[in-house]
Amino acid sequence: MSLITTTRRVAVGLVAAAAATFSLQAHAGGHGIDLSGKTVEWIIPFSETGGSAKWANFYAPLLSEALPGEPTVVVKFMPGAGSTKGANFFQEQEYDDGTLIFGSSGSTQFPFLLSDPRVKYNYADWNVVLASGTGGVAYLPPDLAAKMDGLSATPLQGEDFIYGNQGATRLDLVPTLAWEMLGLNVESVMGIKGRGDGRLMFERGEANIDYQTSSSYLSGVTPLVEAGTAVPMMTWGALDDAGNIVRDPTFPDIPTFKEVCEATDGCETSGEKWDAWKAFFIAGFPAQKMVFLPAGATADAIATYTAAFEAVKARADFAEISGKRLGKYPQMTGEAAQTALESGTNVTPEAKDFVVNWLQEKYGVSLN
Amino acid sequence: MDVIMEALPALGDAWGLILQPVVIGYLVLGVVMGLCIGVFPGLGGIAGLSLLLPFMFGMDPILGLALMVGMVAVVPTSDTFASVLMGIPGSSASQATVLDGFPMAKKGKAARALSAAFASSLFGGLVGASFLTVFILIARPIVLEFRTPELLMITIFGLSMVGILAGRVAIKGIVAAGLGMLIGTIGEGASSGDLRMSSYDLPYLTDGLKLVIVGLGIFAIPEIVSLLRQDRAISSEPQLGGGWLEGVRDWFANIWLSVRCSIIGVVVGVIPGLGGSVVDWIAYGHAVQTTKDKSNFGKGEVRGVIGPESSNNAKEGGGLVPTLLFGIPGSGSMAIFIGAIALLGSGQIEVGPAMLKNNLDITYSIVWLLALANVVGTIICIAASGGIAKLTTIRFALLAPFLFMIISFAAFQSGQNLMDLVALFAIGFLGLMMRRFDWSRPAFLIGFVLSTPAENYANQALQIAQSRFRKSFEDGLDYIFSPIVIVLLIITVISVVMGLRQAKNIMAEGDVQSGSKRAPFVMLLVVTGYIAYAFYDAASIPSFSRDRTFPMFVAGVCLVGCAILIITMMLKPETDTIFADREKSGEEADATHGLWPTLAWFAGLLILTSLFGFILALTVFLFSFMKLRARVSTAYAAIYTAVGLTFMCGMAWLLNRDFPPGLLQEYADLPWPLT
Repeated sequence: MSLITTTRRVAVGLVAAAAATFSLQAHAGGHGIDLSGKTVEWIIPFSETGGSAKWANFYAPLLSEALPGEPTVVVKFMPGAGSTKGANFFQEQEYDDGTLIFGSSGSTQFPFLLSDPRVKYNYADWNVVLASGTGGVAYLPPDLAAKMDGLSATPLQGEDFIYGNQGATRLDLVPTLAWEMLGLNVESVMGIKGRGDGRLMFERGEANIDYQTSSSYLSGVTPLVEAGTAVPMMTWGALDDAGNIVRDPTFPDIPTFKEVCEATDGCETSGEKWDAWKAFFIAGFPAQKMVFLPAGATADAIATYTAAFEAVKARADFAEISGKRLGKYPQMTGEAAQTALESGTNVTPEAKDFVVNWLQEKYGVSLN
Repeated sequence: MDVIMEALPALGDAWGLILQPVVIGYLVLGVVMGLCIGVFPGLGGIAGLSLLLPFMFGMDPILGLALMVGMVAVVPTSDTFASVLMGIPGSSASQATVLDGFPMAKKGKAARALSAAFASSLFGGLVGASFLTVFILIARPIVLEFRTPELLMITIFGLSMVGILAGRVAIKGIVAAGLGMLIGTIGEGASSGDLRMSSYDLPYLTDGLKLVIVGLGIFAIPEIVSLLRQDRAISSEPQLGGGWLEGVRDWFANIWLSVRCSIIGVVVGVIPGLGGSVVDWIAYGHAVQTTKDKSNFGKGEVRGVIGPESSNNAKEGGGLVPTLLFGIPGSGSMAIFIGAIALLGSGQIEVGPAMLKNNLDITYSIVWLLALANVVGTIICIAASGGIAKLTTIRFALLAPFLFMIISFAAFQSGQNLMDLVALFAIGFLGLMMRRFDWSRPAFLIGFVLSTPAENYANQALQIAQSRFRKSFEDGLDYIFSPIVIVLLIITVISVVMGLRQAKNIMAEGDVQSGSKRAPFVMLLVVTGYIAYAFYDAASIPSFSRDRTFPMFVAGVCLVGCAILIITMMLKPETDTIFADREKSGEEADATHGLWPTLAWFAGLLILTSLFGFILALTVFLFSFMKLRARVSTAYAAIYTAVGLTFMCGMAWLLNRDFPPGLLQEYADLPWPLT
């Protein structure tokens, strides 16, 4: 942490940046858009304090280096109505010169999938240039984890669980639905402001089941696991190219919910309930955060941004700098991003109806 | 012992990291930037840190930390300027400072109040850092003892401060606090998202009102309007008495109060979930309770400045515990701080449970950078206080438009919606009326601030307790009545009993004469009407939802209070204190300008903004206000307008913010800053 290492790091950074820019300019050739002297506004429909802010702040300087002309990239926060406000605003914008982009999150996708009456936006109108995935891990206190019979959660079916829940229609519906499928009796305590508060509730012994997204699990729960006060139960898994749920590459040693479900009495990995869970899992995790250009963006602009994000991914140090901040997850561009968008923003009417009814019955939440 | 053996070398390493010239340089840079931003009311650490974020990526961790900590640390120091000089709470950390700091400024003792405040801030910061150096090693298990019932109990303790600040008619103060709580419940409920006093047709209210808007509205607007009507300077004395040395002496004479309030600040700051929103009120309450002669509180008692100011800087240190040890931000600026730390270097510092084990040196660096930033910031502030205090001798009509510009801009930043300005104006009007009829505004604000935690913790504690009781009766009892809860309960009861006994002597709003019956009675009826409607509105939420319980309970209690007040008003003669009305006698009655014409100026700014956007409206407003109201020459008015606009645009450009658009912007595509 001395000054000498700083200077060296800056020098290496500059060389890397120069190389990235150079290769990109060669790649984009004559048909990209040039953004020199311009300011790119990146709208994040959340406050400065959330996970999306962290994600955008990570990418913004890298994107700035990688775009032709090295425009300034500023992250603009537009919180309100759980991201619906910012997304509705973006829907109204028309493509101008490629200086406006939007970052959506699972919390933007869920109201869209559930046809929340406040949603005035349509993902089909936008142009995806990056899709970032993540995963999630559920964990238990050691005494309850010890009751699990190998992969089977059957012995836990008689226990009373308490879970700090951020909101019935949020990402939390993926874990709560999963636990219900396992036959666990989980009572949701509402009014938690972020998953960090949920973890604190677990640490205080008030909640006895919890989940965190991968990066928060790594920084917040791994030390608890090492100290013996928490035991991982299962991950939500990851998707392979064929769309099957497989072990999460970040946590290869932790079984997936699918494995636990197969081993547990009364839990089925097929049928209406499973399909609904899987659909919302895909919307919430493997395709959680995406970057869009507005409706009407030119093919040149899309190609330019795609190339820029590819250049960011191709940085020699990308694995190192992103691993700690975003987790080891695919950062998808081009075709892969398009596929992620489609799987993340489409659920079958049956799956949607199932979840809408389930929310109504379990929480009394009406979405109409 | 082991712990200390590990801690000492880490502490040494930390000082080694800090005491490099380049680190100190970055720290001073951060401090200066923080002071510049903190001076403007409503723009706190969040705005400043967002400004720094783009530079954090890959920066050397210790340099980045020095810059950020320097900035965050001094916001509660520099916001004292607005609180003391203008009566505007610069941020939630200095709301209680307004109560006695501003009356001191009015008496021409601004420099004395400021330097007493800064000396307290500095001392609080140092006490906080020393306390933390030891406490941080054992903090984790202690913090984990604070479960939901304990958090609920602290919230209730905070609410009990209403007892001290209720004013001369206790029930009126309680109703004021209840009204604040009801305003705090507006929007989507946390439990099942049911709407209270709002609808999806008016999306603005569904997110609830922000503290910035309510704080500025309830305190700043009434003070600005009142001073403007009297058309004079803030200080009633043309000669400023009491230099900065006198303030430092005041602080030294009350050093034990300062120590106690600093400890209160660290301890409350340490508890995650409450943040610092109550700390200054608790410290103020403590200052009142431990002072023998209470008659000067609310009129310019220096102890009322020293208490809260000692606690609010110490609180920043305490707030590092949940932030660094649990990865849970105690405030909005701490949340950005966590995000920014991840960007530093190669991302090797990860806040959270492993912080102490892996990065104890960095942890200590942060604690002591914070203390050092306090020292640097305080020295700059004390040096500047004599000069800045002269602002209080300027004719207020020249300051007011500028202040209005700043608070409108700050209010707009909270939701980036024209409705932010409408809300500011509406709450400002409520504040004006509360001030006029002697309804306690501090009580209202405490109610507002603690409304959300009170509701959430009550609902959560109840739900978890029910589950425990299902397991066994003893389990449930153990959960609810832990030793900490019992101790807090006793403190709260004592504080309420003592507070109510003393409340009559403490006039947080100054002395107000009584007048006729009609106007105060109309005010009471309007308040009662709102509360009754809020009750009806909450009652119409389906009964299985938890979102209805809290507003119904609060509104129910308030309605009983209102009923008692109405009956009292009918029985008592019009000279009774319950009919207090500022328009009847004193400064307000003798004011040069009427209430409504003054208010109309600001309504005008609002209407113009909704039509032509903020910048165009501001141009018209600044120029015509200077020309017609302040009656300065055309050239003066033009220069004033130009300077004001340049300043506003410069600040927005620097912070990368937009201005409120109006109807015109719907139809025409204008270049920034007119957009």
